[in-house]
Amino acid sequence: MSDVKKFMYLNRRAPYGTIYAWESLEVVLIGAAFDQEVSLMFVDDGVFQLVKGSDTSESDMKNFTPTYRTLGDYGVRHMYVDKASLEARGLTQDDLIEVAWEDWETEEEVDNIVEILDSKEIAKKLEESDVVFSF
Amino acid sequence: MADLYTVNKSPFEKNSLEDAIRFSSEGASILLIEDGVYGAMAGTAVSDLVAGATGRKFYALRADLKARGIAEDRLIDGVELVDYAGFVDLVVNHDKVQAWL
Repeated sequence: MSDVKKFMYLNRRAPYGTIYAWESLEVVLIGAAFDQEVSLMFVDDGVFQLVKGSDTSESDMKNFTPTYRTLGDYGVRHMYVDKASLEARGLTQDDLIEVAWEDWETEEEVDNIVEILDSKEIAKKLEESDVVFSF
Repeated sequence: MADLYTVNKSPFEKNSLEDAIRFSSEGASILLIEDGVYGAMAGTAVSDLVAGATGRKFYALRADLKARGIAEDRLIDGVELVDYAGFVDLVVNHDKVQAWL
């Protein structure tokens, strides 16, 4: 399977205020059908996409936060979050949703694939990717 | 009476909130809506914008806070929450509305 590429989805926008977060999620779900190695990166206001406790009942919008929780089932293997972006927004990992992952063939399991990285580690992940999609 | 300023952009991404405060007069009301509600959060790198603004009354739209998972206990002291009817009341009780995008 030498044709497997590393896809990186780079998310830098807050959810709901613009369509970027939702569109990114749509593309990730569609891309899941192509059997590539998929990772998601959340920096700047993108970290708000993973904040738990979203309730859209009063605002007449679709609540798509639960969809992030299913990404492990769609083959997303890594979700990285920028430490500095979290800190600037007064957030910690406790404020973020957890996303589980399991390999159905090997039964390898990971309880939570959401991982906080510093900027140097993020630069490395981006550089190691074959393709970076920006939202 | 004074003007009502609405701010709908994240203060981490644009300077709309900073400008709305800077170009408002004493007694003005500033309503945070959509991604603007992030400006109402305490303990962030930009909390001082709202917390440090004197002579301005701040409001935030509850539905937009809830959609973004921001609990009320995370807000800067003094920020008043309004629902859509409260938004309308603010509009009719001010001279005019200035939208800062």
